[in-house]
Amino acid sequence: MAYALELEGIHKAFGDFVALKSIDLTIESGELVCFLGPSGCGKTTLLRIIAGLERQTRGRVIQDGRDVSHAPPAARDYGIVFQSYALFPNLTIEQNVGYGLVNRRRARNEIKARVNELLTLVGLSAEGRKFPSQLSGGQQQRVALARALAISPHLLLLDEPLSALDAKVRERLRGEVRGLQQRLGVTTIMVTHDQEEALSMSDRIVVMNQGTIEQIGTPSDVYERPQTPFVADFLGKVNVLRATALGEGRYRAGTVELDLPVDGFAAGESVRIYLRPEDRHVEGDIASLPNRLTGKITAIDYLGTFCLAELACPGLGQPLLISYSLNQMHDLGVRTGNEIQFALRVDRVRVFAERAST
Amino acid sequence: MMSAAARANPASFKVIPSRLALAAEVLVARGGLILLATGLLVFLAVPLVMILIRSTENRDGVFIGLANFAQYLRSPSFGNSLTNTLQFSVTTTLVTVPLAFGFAYAIQRSRIPYKGLWRNIAMIPILAPSLLAAISFIYLFGNQGWLKFVIGWFGIKTIYGMPGMVLAMTFSSFPHALMILLAALALSDARLYEVAEALGTSEWRKFMTITLPGAKYGLVSACMVIFTMAVSEFGVPKVIGGNTAVLAVDIYKQVIGQQNFQIGAVVGLLLLLPAVVAYGIDHLVQRRAQALLTARSVPYQPRRARLRDSLLLAFVILISAALLLVVGMAAFGSLVKVWPYNLSLTLNHYTYGFEEAGLEHAYRNSLNMAVWCALLGSAVTFTGAYWLEKTRRDQTEGLNFLRPVIRFQAMLPMAVPGMVLGIGYILFFNHPSNPLNFLYGTMTVLVLSTVIHFYSSSHLTAVTALKQIDSEFESVSASLKVPFYKTFWRVTVPVCLPSVLDIFRYYFVNAMTTISCVVFLYSPKTTPASVSILQLDEAGAIGSAAAMATLIVVTSGMVTGVIFTLEWWLVRRTQAWRNTAQS
Repeated sequence: MAYALELEGIHKAFGDFVALKSIDLTIESGELVCFLGPSGCGKTTLLRIIAGLERQTRGRVIQDGRDVSHAPPAARDYGIVFQSYALFPNLTIEQNVGYGLVNRRRARNEIKARVNELLTLVGLSAEGRKFPSQLSGGQQQRVALARALAISPHLLLLDEPLSALDAKVRERLRGEVRGLQQRLGVTTIMVTHDQEEALSMSDRIVVMNQGTIEQIGTPSDVYERPQTPFVADFLGKVNVLRATALGEGRYRAGTVELDLPVDGFAAGESVRIYLRPEDRHVEGDIASLPNRLTGKITAIDYLGTFCLAELACPGLGQPLLISYSLNQMHDLGVRTGNEIQFALRVDRVRVFAERAST
Repeated sequence: MMSAAARANPASFKVIPSRLALAAEVLVARGGLILLATGLLVFLAVPLVMILIRSTENRDGVFIGLANFAQYLRSPSFGNSLTNTLQFSVTTTLVTVPLAFGFAYAIQRSRIPYKGLWRNIAMIPILAPSLLAAISFIYLFGNQGWLKFVIGWFGIKTIYGMPGMVLAMTFSSFPHALMILLAALALSDARLYEVAEALGTSEWRKFMTITLPGAKYGLVSACMVIFTMAVSEFGVPKVIGGNTAVLAVDIYKQVIGQQNFQIGAVVGLLLLLPAVVAYGIDHLVQRRAQALLTARSVPYQPRRARLRDSLLLAFVILISAALLLVVGMAAFGSLVKVWPYNLSLTLNHYTYGFEEAGLEHAYRNSLNMAVWCALLGSAVTFTGAYWLEKTRRDQTEGLNFLRPVIRFQAMLPMAVPGMVLGIGYILFFNHPSNPLNFLYGTMTVLVLSTVIHFYSSSHLTAVTALKQIDSEFESVSASLKVPFYKTFWRVTVPVCLPSVLDIFRYYFVNAMTTISCVVFLYSPKTTPASVSILQLDEAGAIGSAAAMATLIVVTSGMVTGVIFTLEWWLVRRTQAWRNTAQS
C-alpha cells in the first residue's frame, strides 16, 4: 500500500539562503507526525511545500501514490489549520465551517447537516451563529479544525496550532486534538517548536535543524536515544561535559574518570558527554555504584514539583545540573551550600566526538 | 459518536476541482496582473516617456538632443521662474509645517477641549480647490480688500505676488501637513515620558529629547510633501501671483498659450526634478523610521497643564478662525453684489454663472467626473493592490517580474506633479498616430488622468488595509478548494469596506478640486468646475469664480459627510464581528 505521504529530496532555496536540504521522509496512513525544531529550521517551509503554498526548488511530493509535486494547493487533498487560525471574521462560525462546502453544489440541508456534525465533533454545536471574535482562543482553534476537516481531507496539516493559546488551554487542547485525530484516523502533520507538545502528541517526531532532518523517531526514541548532539541538546535539559576518551569505555572529564557503556572512540580523542539531570542515582546504596561523585550545591532552580541543583564537583572542572523531586529535596537536604553524594546513571548517556558537537 | 459518522463516509465531501476550474483561477490571477501592468504602462509610464522624447525633438519631430534645454535655460525668464518657484516653495514649507506641528501637538499632546471640532475645521481646505484661497485673499487683502491695511503693517504693498501665493498655498496645504504630523505625534511611548519624569527632566527637555526626535520622520515627510505641492502648484500663482512667474505657470503658457510642446516638455522635466528629489529624500528617511515603537509601547496620555493648554487652545482657535475666515470670505464674496462697495446679499453671481458663463455645465461635468473617478479609482486601486499583494506567486509564474514594476509605478504618481502628467497626456493622446487618440478631449481621459494622478495615496491606503488582515486567508481558501477571487469578494472586500469608502471619498473630493492635470486635457464640452473658476477669474468675474469655488466646497463637504455617515453606520452594523476582529 502506498504511503500517505512521501517526500523525496525536497530542496528549497530562497535566493542564496538554503531553507531545506534534500529532505526525505515517508509518513504512514493515520500517523500523527510532528516537525519539531527551533525557529528558522525550515519546518514551516516544509509544511507549506506539502500544502503547495510554496514551491520546492527540487524534489518530489507524493500523496497517496500520486505525484503532486507541481499541483496547485487546490488540486491537493488536505485541510490546514494556521497559527492565527485565519478564520473569516465577517462570517459566522457555521459559515466558516461550511466555507469549503458551499461551492460544491451540495443541497443546502446536506451542507447544514455536515456543518452541525463537525461542530458537534469539536464540541461547539451551540456557537454556530456567533462570529469568530465572540469566541475564546481555544474555541476559535477548534472552529479552524472543524473547517479544515469539513472537506474530509486525507491529510491534516497543523501549523503551530496551539502556540497562540494560554498554557492551561494549550495543555487541554493537546489531548483533545490528539483524541480527535485518533478517532478520525486522519494522517496529520503538525509543526511546532514546543517539545512538550511534540512529545505528548506525536506518533513520530521529525527533529529539524538548519534545513536538515536530525532524527526521526518515536517520542521516546528522540528523547532517550538522541542520535546527534543537536537532538540531545534541543530536547529537555542536558549537561554537556567536555572529556577525553581513554579507550574501552573509559573517559576523563577534568581529573575525574568515568566508566560509560559507550565505546568507539580512540584513546586521546576529545569528546562531549551528554547527560540529562535526571540520569543519576541519589538514593539508596550509592557507595557501591560506579561513577560516584560528590558535589557542593552552589545554586537551586526551584520548579515546583522538582528542582535543578547546580553542583560543583571537585576535579570535574565544570558545574553539573542534577534534578531532585520535591520529596528528595527535603529528604536528602538539598540546600545551597550542602555537600551531596550521587552516582551517574549511565545507561542513557550519549557521547559524541568533539567535532560533531554544536 | 459523531466521529463514527465522519469516518463512515470519509469521501462524502471530497471534491477535487476540475482542471478547468483550476485553469480559470490561474487565468484570473495572471489576467489581473497583466491588466494592471498594462493600464499603468499606457496611462502613466508611456505618457511620461513621451515628455522625455518630445523634449529632445524640434517642432517637426526631428531629434535635436539637448537644444531645447539649452534654449530654455538661456532664456531670461528661466532664472526668474526658478528663483520664484524655489522661494515660493521653501517659504510655504517654512510657514505651513511649524503651524501644522503646533496644531497637531495641541490635538495629540494636550488636554484642550473640542479636539474633534478643531480637527474637522482644519480639514476643510481639502474640500476646496486651491483657487478658493487665492480668491479669498484677493477679497481680503486685494486692491479693494477689506483688510488691506493689515498687510501694510508688515510692509507689504500688494497681495499680488509672493505674499498672496504663500498665504493661499499655506491654506490649501495645511491639512496635508497636519495629517502627517497628527499621525507622527499619535505614536508615542508613555514609558519614555515616565522614565524622564522619574529622572526629574524638565518639560522643555522632554520636548526636545523625546517628542521632537519621535516626530522627526513625520516632520521630514511633511516638509517634503508641502515642498512638492508648492513646486507643482499652478492655480494659486496663476490667480494671485501677479507678475511673479513660476515654472508651473510657464508650462501652461508654453503649451496652451504658444502651443510650444517641446519647451513645455522641457519645463515639465525640470519640474519633475525637485519633486523626485524631495520624494527620494522622504523615501530614504522613512526607511529608517521602522520599528521605532514596539508592540509593547504604552500610548501616552497627556495630563492637564493649565498654562500649556490655554496657550495651545488660543493658538488652535486662532488658526481655526483664520481657516474659517478664508472659506467664509469666498462664500460671502460670492453672495454680495459688488465687493466691497455694495454689500447687499444676492444670488446674482450664481445665476449669472449658471445662465451666462456655462457654470451649470461645468458643475455637472465635475460631478460626473468625480463620481466616475471615485468609482473607477476605488475599484481599480483596491483590486489592483489585492492582486499585487495577495495572489500566489506560483499562479503567476513568469509574470512575477511585474510585481516590483507595478509597485514602483503605483508609487510614482506621488512624485509626478499634475501638470507634468497633463503634458504627458497631451503629448501621448494627442499624437496623430496614437490609436487611443480618440480619447483626447473626452471625459474618459479626464477621469483616467485623475485616477492616475491620485493613485499613490489610494494604493497605500489599500495596501495598509490589506496588510492588516490575516495573510493566510488565501491559503485557507486554496486548501478548501475555493478560488481566491471568491474569497476576495466574500471576505476581503467586506472586511476592508471602510478603507474602500475612504478611497472613494478621497477620489471624489480630489476630482472635484483638482486643476493641475485636467487644465491641459479638457475640451469646451468637458470643462470641469475647477477650471471654470480659472476662466471666470481671467474674465474678471471674481464673484462668479467665488460662487463656483463655494459650490465645490459645499458639494465635497456634503459627499464627505454622507460617506462618513455611511462608514459610521457600516461599522456599527458590523460591530458584532468587527470590534475585536484584530485580536
